[in-house]
Amino acid sequence: MSENNCCPPPGNETACCAPPAPAAACCSTGSDSGSGCLTAAADLPGYKLWSFVCGWLDSSAGKIPKIATRLTAADVIGRWQMRWGLGRARYSIAPGLYAIGTPSGDSPVLVTANYKMTFDIVRRDMHDHDAWLLVLDTKGVNVWCAAGKGTFGTDEILRQLQMSKLPQVINHRTLILPQLGAPGVAAHKVSKASGFKVIYGPVRSNDLHEFLKNGLKVTPEMRRVTFSFIERLVLTPVELVSMWQHVLWSILALFILGGIGPQIFSFSAAWTRGGAAVAAGLAGLLTGAVIVPLLLPWLPGRAFAIKGASAGLAVGLLGVLLFNESLNWLNTLALITTVSAVSSWCAMNFTGSSTFTSPSGVEKEMRQTIPAQVAALLVGGLCWLASAF
Amino acid sequence: MPSLRYLENVVTLRLNAERCIGCGMCAEVCPHGVFTIEGQKALLANRDACIECGACAGNCPVDALTVKAGVGCASAIISGWLTGKEPSCDCGGSC
Repeated sequence: MSENNCCPPPGNETACCAPPAPAAACCSTGSDSGSGCLTAAADLPGYKLWSFVCGWLDSSAGKIPKIATRLTAADVIGRWQMRWGLGRARYSIAPGLYAIGTPSGDSPVLVTANYKMTFDIVRRDMHDHDAWLLVLDTKGVNVWCAAGKGTFGTDEILRQLQMSKLPQVINHRTLILPQLGAPGVAAHKVSKASGFKVIYGPVRSNDLHEFLKNGLKVTPEMRRVTFSFIERLVLTPVELVSMWQHVLWSILALFILGGIGPQIFSFSAAWTRGGAAVAAGLAGLLTGAVIVPLLLPWLPGRAFAIKGASAGLAVGLLGVLLFNESLNWLNTLALITTVSAVSSWCAMNFTGSSTFTSPSGVEKEMRQTIPAQVAALLVGGLCWLASAF
Repeated sequence: MPSLRYLENVVTLRLNAERCIGCGMCAEVCPHGVFTIEGQKALLANRDACIECGACAGNCPVDALTVKAGVGCASAIISGWLTGKEPSCDCGGSC
């Protein structure tokens, strides 16, 4: 992408080279109408300023961008697009040092990732605070995933500390990290190499206000990751989007296979039989990728594949009830087995988006259930093909 | 709402009680309350809640904890089986 090739001119590390942003408007930080915005980088040929920059702070490390703490409609739309995987590659901001409010040398330093969704949520939750925000280069990935990969890590923190010249700007030597950065960061190693003490703040940025107000005190609830209904709901698009190509190829294949019959190949059969198979497949997909995530705590079994198979079985039986007259016994069996298998498979894939499964557990359930899923799909597929004759 | 629990007795988390100095870092960084600190030692209060994220092992200053932290998404594990390499997040790019 273009932003990777564009380097700030030497000596002007705070200029952000960003992909084209919406027409940069003055962002108000409260009651004033935001005069005096858009200086420095916006005037340079070839540069365009992110709309969240609403001023500049002079420091011994140069001009630090001050960022707005109110999100705009464009930010909200952007977040929705990210949930659906649209424009994913462009959704990062320049790493480095940013200012929230009007921080001084004594203000706290928060560390975060350069994924714009993360950045937006943190600055929104830091409204009415003065703080420094050190943004790590996590390649546009959120804190927790980046920590797992190591990009939100000890080495990157040390690198950004050095590049941003933060030690010159502040009087203290404390960094506040999001707790979910911990898988990638060894606090004692950061401390030894830089002299900076690492404090792990709350999991959720919307607890930052309480945390800072109460003198950096963390309650046990702030340290726990949950997986509520809403949290599960917003993740359902991720699974659907990741499968869309497989879905399209499967639809094509099912229409073609549907035409196979006593007359070798019949287009009308391809349409009706293929269409029915596609409907069954989609029912399985939606059951496993949407219904199972939503009903997760109430479905039987610990393994997601079992929850998916149970829900799929229920949906398959419902289909049999609804379409009783038009199904012979082969199609009935096909419907039940394939919807269960597809639902089980899709539900199993949701483990990757969930917050309470372990890789060891996922691998175990995969080894145990994939053979059953494949067998069920084969039985169903053969029954369906046979029912044409 | 029943609490969300996953498979039992599968995780690779191990605590070496002899090495532990009870600093409390593991309890601080764990997102699922696996550890409690009693006296000068950490205890595995809820081992089955572990998601093998690796935060505790990485932040233990005396290396008292080991865990095989990895990628938990099914498609990454499958491509790991097929290619013979460790599963990584780079398959789907949907992180």
